[in-house]
Amino acid sequence: MSVPALQSDATARRETALWLAQRASAVVLAVCVVVHLATIFHAVRQGLSAEAILGRVRGEPGWAVFYGVFVAAAAVHAPIGLRAVLAEWGGRRGRGVDRALILLAAALAAFGGRAVWAVIG
Amino acid sequence: MKARERTTLAVDIWRGGVHGRLQRYDVPRSGSQTVLDVVTHIQRRLDPTLAYRYACRVGMCGSCAMTVNGVARWTCRTHVDKVAVDGGLELRPLANLPVIRDLVCDMGEFFDKWAAAGGRFESRRTRRDAVMRVAPDSPARRAVDAAIECIGCAVCYASCDIVTARPDYLGPAALNRAWTLVNDVRDGAPRARLAAVAGDAGCHACHTQAGCTERCPKGLAPTASIAGLKRAATRALLRGEL
Repeated sequence: MSVPALQSDATARRETALWLAQRASAVVLAVCVVVHLATIFHAVRQGLSAEAILGRVRGEPGWAVFYGVFVAAAAVHAPIGLRAVLAEWGGRRGRGVDRALILLAAALAAFGGRAVWAVIG
Repeated sequence: MKARERTTLAVDIWRGGVHGRLQRYDVPRSGSQTVLDVVTHIQRRLDPTLAYRYACRVGMCGSCAMTVNGVARWTCRTHVDKVAVDGGLELRPLANLPVIRDLVCDMGEFFDKWAAAGGRFESRRTRRDAVMRVAPDSPARRAVDAAIECIGCAVCYASCDIVTARPDYLGPAALNRAWTLVNDVRDGAPRARLAAVAGDAGCHACHTQAGCTERCPKGLAPTASIAGLKRAATRALLRGEL
């Protein structure tokens, strides 16, 4: 038998909060990915060199905010999605998995933030 | 030879428990023959050891569901003409449930999940109170109407890929039942029910693939009910009521 025990309020709050974070970050990513792809498409069509692109974005706070939000949304979205994949495909869940995924979120935020800083800062 | 000109139907039926094999029976065709008619013919005329379940034969009781040519269906209202492939049928027990024997599954897990999802009405009133009036055209009552006709056949449960991937997932039928109670203004345990359905094997595990809605023989939309539960749980969380 694999019927779940009655769920605690804390579990329900956590799962609902994660679901909300997943959906909200997806909305942000939908916008960010479209803007990012349009920008890349534009840059390629213009035949811009890496140097020319860097020249345009370096020191621009607007791009820093845009890509900072992009990185934050990805850092939230990816680990929650991976959590569902691990639970469904690998049968892996619980506190250990959640801790590892928090580390993954931190790593995504750190590496992404570093990239944003390197290009725009 | 066209299917409708055939005089017999080749029927392969699962025999055994978890381990078993398909056994072939040849069944005479007749007009407006249902899949349940075919199974009943086999059990009464060809092989009395065949185990299967049915009760009402008219689409009310929800006990005759089986896997027909790979798809979960209510067999009493499924015409052979509509589902036979090359003049044949392959019948297996429902997926996602433990097989007892032949076409019979253990439904205990399925109904235990209704209880785990808070599927029982909790009254706020006593027998001394007057009957509560519910406006039939209120949005909450309309939401109940859209989901209430479930007959508990488990076709949705057998068609759900999430149940296959996560065996403790409450499943479409139990969550659909909970949604009818979340919208029941007479109910006295809304908070406990939302906590029960919003856990880690509850409504948020649904991927909205809508296999349940596609296959529900009553034309219900458990996917919409589950989406409603997600919204209700999120609203409760944001209001600090979860």
